[in-house]
Amino acid sequence: MITLEKRPQPSRIWSLATPLLAVLLTMICGGLLFAALGKNPFETIRTIFLDPLFSEFAWFYRPQLLIKGAPLVLIAIGLSFGFRAGIWNIGAEGQYIVGAICGAAVGLAFYPTESFIIFPLMIIAGILGGTLWAMIPGILKVKFGTNEILVSLMLVYVAEQLMASMALGALRNPDGMGFPGSRNLSQYPSAANLEIISGSGMHWGVVTALIAVIFAYIALSRHIFGFNVRLAGQSPRAAKFAGVNPTAMILICMGLSGGLAGAAGLFEVAGPAGQISIDFNVGYGFTAIIVAFLGRLHPVGILLAGGLMALTYIGGEIAQSNLGLPLAAIQLMQGMLLFFLLAVDVLTNYAVRFGRRQVV
Amino acid sequence: MDLSAINPILLLASLMVAATPILLAAIGELVVERAGVLNLGVEGMMITGAVCGFIVAVNTGSPWLGFIGAAIGGALLSVIFGVLTQFLLSNQVATGLALTLFGLGLSALMGQGYIGIKAPSFPDWHIPLLGDIPVIGPIIFQHDPMVYLGLGIVAATWAFLKYSRAGLILRAVGENHEAAHALGYHVMRVRMLAIMFGGACAGLGGAYLSLVRVPQWTEGMTAGAGWIALAIVVFASWRPGRLLLGAYLFGGVTVLQLNLQAAGAAIAVEYLSMAPYLATIAVLVIMRAGRAPGSLGQSFHASR
Amino acid sequence: MKLNKLLTGATLALGLATGALADGHEKTKVGFVYVGPVGDGGWTYEHNQGRLAVEEHFGDAVETVFVESVPEGPDAERVMTQMALQGADLIFTTSFGYMDQTINVAGKFPDVKFEHATGYKQADNVSVYSARFYEGRAVQGHIAGHMTESNVIGYIASFPIPEVIRGINAAYLHAKEVNPDVEFKIVWAYTWFDPAKEAEAASVLIEQGADVILQHTDSTAPQAAAQAAGNVVTFGQASDMAEFGPFPRVSSIIDNWSPYYIARTQAVIDGTWESTNTWDGIAPGMVEIGDITDAVPAEVKASAEAMIASMEAGDYHPFTGPINKQDGSAWLADGEVADDGTLAGMNFYVEGLSGDIPQ
Repeated sequence: MITLEKRPQPSRIWSLATPLLAVLLTMICGGLLFAALGKNPFETIRTIFLDPLFSEFAWFYRPQLLIKGAPLVLIAIGLSFGFRAGIWNIGAEGQYIVGAICGAAVGLAFYPTESFIIFPLMIIAGILGGTLWAMIPGILKVKFGTNEILVSLMLVYVAEQLMASMALGALRNPDGMGFPGSRNLSQYPSAANLEIISGSGMHWGVVTALIAVIFAYIALSRHIFGFNVRLAGQSPRAAKFAGVNPTAMILICMGLSGGLAGAAGLFEVAGPAGQISIDFNVGYGFTAIIVAFLGRLHPVGILLAGGLMALTYIGGEIAQSNLGLPLAAIQLMQGMLLFFLLAVDVLTNYAVRFGRRQVV
Repeated sequence: MDLSAINPILLLASLMVAATPILLAAIGELVVERAGVLNLGVEGMMITGAVCGFIVAVNTGSPWLGFIGAAIGGALLSVIFGVLTQFLLSNQVATGLALTLFGLGLSALMGQGYIGIKAPSFPDWHIPLLGDIPVIGPIIFQHDPMVYLGLGIVAATWAFLKYSRAGLILRAVGENHEAAHALGYHVMRVRMLAIMFGGACAGLGGAYLSLVRVPQWTEGMTAGAGWIALAIVVFASWRPGRLLLGAYLFGGVTVLQLNLQAAGAAIAVEYLSMAPYLATIAVLVIMRAGRAPGSLGQSFHASR
Repeated sequence: MKLNKLLTGATLALGLATGALADGHEKTKVGFVYVGPVGDGGWTYEHNQGRLAVEEHFGDAVETVFVESVPEGPDAERVMTQMALQGADLIFTTSFGYMDQTINVAGKFPDVKFEHATGYKQADNVSVYSARFYEGRAVQGHIAGHMTESNVIGYIASFPIPEVIRGINAAYLHAKEVNPDVEFKIVWAYTWFDPAKEAEAASVLIEQGADVILQHTDSTAPQAAAQAAGNVVTFGQASDMAEFGPFPRVSSIIDNWSPYYIARTQAVIDGTWESTNTWDGIAPGMVEIGDITDAVPAEVKASAEAMIASMEAGDYHPFTGPINKQDGSAWLADGEVADDGTLAGMNFYVEGLSGDIPQ
């Protein structure tokens, strides 16, 4: 009989070892899957996990990891505060979209004026847009007790429709031959979120994501706000006695996650994506939820988890094009990786005991 | 604009069919959530059910066997979620999202080689006598059997939760797992069964798309229906009766906006497409949605 | 091992530098970037059929690679770059939304040829290509106008873009030509692929009296809805959807990219590739009309086939005047043929259609 016994403290060794164990398990099971599909398992695993970092074209892939990982990390950092406090904003995708729309709208309003002030104004608009969109479920929860999971999820669909309407209407490129989509912001110097050092992948969104990680780390470990967040999550009653205002906590956490998601949207639309289009959003807001949990809601963990997700995306693309692996197999492997990461975490918080349970 | 073109009888009749897949998936998720488990992987289980059902139906020629295969496929996938969340105590939100990713990949891989094939036909029932009643007959009594099975499952679930002892235990587990455990109930066993029921229902919902509604296999064919099912559960404040109302209301707004367009109403399509979601939020605020099960989304570990 | 790796690295670098010349010793590598899964049964499925045709035609002389479900944006740019780095000689980017990314990547790899589907931005090493699907729509409209008894034709439109509006106009003009009483009911689904929504849209149109359904969305759900209704005619979209024939599906428009893909690959092998702007229709076989079934009366089938033949011969253009715009203003004079520029950016309905194009 195998039983689990809760550890008094999470195990430090296991908290570091479990992610490695999960990756190893994924490589084994993924290898079996790839072998079953008639591919060389070793070559496939190497392509997905190592080629983006160490192949001869790694100089191209490494910056791409930053571009792909930055929005995930930025959004996940914002979400992690709410998740710790027991506030479930799962509509980051919608806040990401609205941030992008607001930021892009400000930039396009100035077109073709050139001024250094435009990009900062766009950032502010993006953050405000995301924040306001997240405030809708926040305020409804505070005022009417509605469930924020549902409202924030519903608002994702509303935001998607809003974006289609913008891409086809108000923000449509007047010189675009009637096709949907806005002007390309990355070709409009004052509004472009360009790489700070050419070829490095370091655009302003990457910088912001790194700053967010540092701030989150300080806030959680050193600041009273971080303490209150953790307290509200672990014991709402105790938090109340400690003078934490639950209403303020909800609004701050929703606003924070919305603002960062909005910023991520703005940096994406002004840089790598370039334009508002019908299919602008690609699910960063949802993937970021997974990233937040894979990172154990810890800023450094989120940074690593975001990098790992980005790695499997990029490695997966290489495997598709070089080895002819279907996308489905890569999705399946990503799913496995997540399952294993979530499953082995039990070892961090629980000790496994073999043998019959002792009667006390 | 010619609103007289909209025939309310036909509108209601098509609504019953349109609501069936989300209704099936939602009733399963409702039971799961009443047991205190939040499984966000409905979309993944639906699409897996869709492909399993399709494969079985095409190979056996029997849609009925297809539906059984879909239920088994959905339930098997949900077992992964159950083991992870119940025995390995992983976070339910993240596990559910991972399940969706996994299900999308798995279904695409399984469905290779089944593209462009049509499913065996699944005829409507024309219920004798009842189906001939004017007005009501075509609305209610001339659909395929799965429409009635879906309604039957909703009714059975309602009765199960309200009147049976097992239903009472399930609710107790969902409301307060510590107390239920102290009373000697097997929290994990109850939850595993609920999760598998949820998976089976989601599988049926997916198969309704691939075997009746479309009826073909294409990758990603559920196109977000699983997420709508999740929404309806909360909308219904975890009550089977309201679930029915929610599924019809939600489907109704979509069908109505398409009807208005076809009738030539000058309306902004994007804004009307938002309508079902905004309506859900509005109703949520007005109805002050009921309280969620007490232990929803929390892991349970019996320390002794 | 190390030496081996170095050597392969060096060969690849050499291959890059010389642009992988197709001198008979090295395989020509052709890349495809897809916006959907190859199993979507529609748009991407047909592009992948084109890729398979290239493989079959050239055998060992050509190697093809593809990446599916690539989102429009930075992911597309990365996939294209990666293909170019890995030695692709020719890359087909098969979605309008890849336009700016294709131009960007092409600028970095002057030796690699790019082919962008349905866009309008060309460069020295970027061709654009698209199909005149409106020719197929004209045939559908012709058949639909004959087949309808209720005189109501339902149209499931996807997004209000020139491609879709062109299709509606072409179908309407030719339905009206054979049946002056015909009326179009248009529903904008705001999706290219969502079976549940498409099924609902089809049911709605059928309930409102339509007995012919035209669709510009990719799933077979409207076909199934029509089949359930019993007396409603449909047409296959993107792929043949022959499994719903002979009724309700009486014909179809098939995207047939194979001839173009084979020709362009051949041009790269021969070293004769040039940047071109291709907009092909029925004549070169890019737009294929699927088998017209026996559910269509023989004389209608004959007249439809005559129309196809005259378009094939270049004698007939579906947008030939006199045609007025919806507001009654003149667009094309008698005998005048629409120019490609206007068609490419078409954003108006022709006279007779009711309702507004959503903005």
